[in-house]
Amino acid sequence: MKISFSINGQKKSVETDGDTPLLWVIRDMLDLKGTKFGCGKAACGACTVHVDGESIRSCSFAAKWAEGREITTIEGLGTAEDPHPVQQAWIEEIVPQCGYCQPGFMMATAALLDKVPSPTDEDIDNNIINVCRCGTYYRMRKAIHRAAEIKKSNTNT
Amino acid sequence: MSEDKKSKKISRRKFIAGTLLGGTGLLFGATYLGRHSLRRTMFEALETMAPAYMGDVSDPLMWFEIFKDNRITLHSPKVEMGQGTFTSLAQIAADELNVDIDQISVVHAASITGNVDGLSTGGSLSVAGLWQPLRELSATMRQMLVLEASKKLGVGANTLSVEKGVISGSGKSITYGEVVQGVEEWEIPDTPPLKDVKEYQYVGKPIPRIDLVDKVVGSPIFGMDAELPGMLYGAVVRPDQIGATYAGADVSEAKGMPGVVKIVEEKDFVGVVARSMTEAENAKNAIKAKWTVEKKWQTEDIDAAIKVGAGEPNVIQLHGDEDVLLSAEDAADASYVTSEYTTPIGAHAQIEPNGALAHVEDGKATVYISTQVVKITRDEVAATLGFDAENVNIIPTYLGGGFGRRLHTPNAIQAALMSKAVGKPVKCFFDRKAEFQNDTFRSPTHHIMKAKLNRNGMIEAISHDYSSGDVMFGSPMFPAIMETILGADAGALRGALIQYRAIPNFTVTSWKVKLPFSTSWWRSLGLLANTFAIETFMDELAEKVGKNPVDFRLAHIQNDSAGNRLKAVIRAAAQKSGYVDEIRSGRAMGFAASTDGGTPCAHAVEVSIEDGEIKVHKVVCAMDPGLSVNPDQVRAQCEGAIIMGLSASLYEKMYVDDNQLRPVIYGAYRMALMRNSPKEIDVVLLRGQETPGPVGEPPLGPIGAAIANAVYRLTGKRSRSMPIEV
Repeated sequence: MKISFSINGQKKSVETDGDTPLLWVIRDMLDLKGTKFGCGKAACGACTVHVDGESIRSCSFAAKWAEGREITTIEGLGTAEDPHPVQQAWIEEIVPQCGYCQPGFMMATAALLDKVPSPTDEDIDNNIINVCRCGTYYRMRKAIHRAAEIKKSNTNT
Repeated sequence: MSEDKKSKKISRRKFIAGTLLGGTGLLFGATYLGRHSLRRTMFEALETMAPAYMGDVSDPLMWFEIFKDNRITLHSPKVEMGQGTFTSLAQIAADELNVDIDQISVVHAASITGNVDGLSTGGSLSVAGLWQPLRELSATMRQMLVLEASKKLGVGANTLSVEKGVISGSGKSITYGEVVQGVEEWEIPDTPPLKDVKEYQYVGKPIPRIDLVDKVVGSPIFGMDAELPGMLYGAVVRPDQIGATYAGADVSEAKGMPGVVKIVEEKDFVGVVARSMTEAENAKNAIKAKWTVEKKWQTEDIDAAIKVGAGEPNVIQLHGDEDVLLSAEDAADASYVTSEYTTPIGAHAQIEPNGALAHVEDGKATVYISTQVVKITRDEVAATLGFDAENVNIIPTYLGGGFGRRLHTPNAIQAALMSKAVGKPVKCFFDRKAEFQNDTFRSPTHHIMKAKLNRNGMIEAISHDYSSGDVMFGSPMFPAIMETILGADAGALRGALIQYRAIPNFTVTSWKVKLPFSTSWWRSLGLLANTFAIETFMDELAEKVGKNPVDFRLAHIQNDSAGNRLKAVIRAAAQKSGYVDEIRSGRAMGFAASTDGGTPCAHAVEVSIEDGEIKVHKVVCAMDPGLSVNPDQVRAQCEGAIIMGLSASLYEKMYVDDNQLRPVIYGAYRMALMRNSPKEIDVVLLRGQETPGPVGEPPLGPIGAAIANAVYRLTGKRSRSMPIEV
């Protein structure tokens, strides 16, 4: 079937089985490789993207559900030249190790900050539930608080 | 050409088509064959000795590529799996090449360049092992460029100096990028004297990771991101049973499924090639593979196999009189103490599954892959296809986690065979269930600790017996003959030896077991389990004699270089954490220390129990890796190792149910999440030697025991099994 949606601000149509996980549409049909495959069962969060501003796990989200909606991936969050506050904070805290799970965490964090601009440690614990095997959680927590500060100061100026 | 120069002419083209292959010798000499006391000497040496880098270091041109615009690319034979090696290597090279770090980029050396590590990326040896060779290569490269510049400028080499990759003297100057233009043959000069560490601009500084931005914007740098034109997708049916041998398949249904290009039936596996990942997976699930299984295993069978007393014993450490313990055991008086410990099967659970993109065409193979063993991957693909090694190019990518999981890469062979079958590039990856069930697991272990205490509350004799499956043994990296020579698995013994060498009598015995499933390297190998046993036991002994566990440890450490460095990290962790035995505000502290590869590390943790769950609030880590090339990344390794070790100690456990390894998904295989990670991690770095030592694994050692010791203070009950429960 033909599925049309907006991704990172661009209108796209793809021809695929409607049950294909959105993850593979993003990675293999649209060649946006920043969204990662980890488990295929929505258990690790490496494939987290935003659909209409909500963070979802794209490995378990059928492509047909994306019809007419707005998708954002890590590539649409920010760039090297113009990073999103979350990416800026990740750079300042030197968070990534292997880096594979990091886009999923940054997408989950960006969605959290949209809802809870100044998250407490408890908010972070309850909402950031992706898996990182390198154990970068300690720096990630610092980066999430820092991202909240950067975002606030960007809004104020 | 003067006599003292290595008169070797190298064509510039050699860089592109190098033939010198890595692997200059075995890890260990054969002189240790035979007598047990010699074996034991070797085991102690093994524990502290960092094997040198095992690749070709004769030719700087294999390592550095210099571009006209004065950028330099370092082709690294060590892979980047998160440990920050690329950044440290760039720092080292920049300092000896006299260039800005921004001028250097680091890429994985493709195997066809000849810059291939004879061993692997692992063992915390990338920076430590390349410290000397890379400085020498960089200094030699600089000297080559200066000599060539001298010719081009007509200025004596002695009067030339280099800054930021610009060679100047006598009012003239030329960049490295300009020097290399038009040069077809290079002469490799003697290595000039290396700089003093104090002169370095980058080594020792917390330079931000050079792969930071790529990893923050989601650049396609991982094995799973690799693509080639016309690429198809493969999926291989993998067994869900232990000890399963492939015995054919019914592929009739899969054949006709949408997108299927070809079903590939080989002697030991069946796979499908399709137009998309989803179509390949769907068709794979429709294949009815047959497996023969000789025996149905259960968790109880594995527990029974991993028992001190079963399997093959080898005394790997013996100092003093072993009869002291035996007589104490016979007398069984109050001075005699014994305890048993166990650890479970552990999964790697790295987030990027294993897989490869292979293209076999015209007698050549190209494989993009996240691998820790470039040489073995190449040699295995070459052997399977019947190609010469020079015709197989392994292009390593960034690894989405390594941890030892990528020391075995049969997936490269399978992708290559499928590519050969369809004549197109094929990308083929494990699904998560297959990843969990076909892992090369951390072996379960069983330990018996015994001690005799004297009247002064000191240990007179101590012994550690441990049982483990293969760690280094059974790997293509490790020649089978070495199993016979060594007897005890050189990986399982990591952390098993007694580091308290002021104790008059101590002995360690390895009990080697062959398990029916694959066990292998898991970050830090035997260290986590062995330290859990030894350091929990030390805590028990300290308590029994009524001594502070920090002082008790210090009192049993010898006064030599290794002992003094161990004492220093113990004192540093105790002081920085303000270690006390008492419970304060519901929190108890726990302490443990270990030495791994010559790097001592001590942890002091603060723990409470909340809603029946163990909560680790704070970890103070003191470690002495010698010179920290990049202190920020050394800290990052400590933080990561602490959290990975905490996860393994508190939550992780595979089990065997009706011959299947389970669980098969994150969540069910519980791991530490954000909420379980300490909010405070305070790393104190000491510098007890002027060269870099191992970093990535040593800080994993003490965490399990430190937590168990804190939990005891809260509950009054000793936790002697991982995962630690209350």
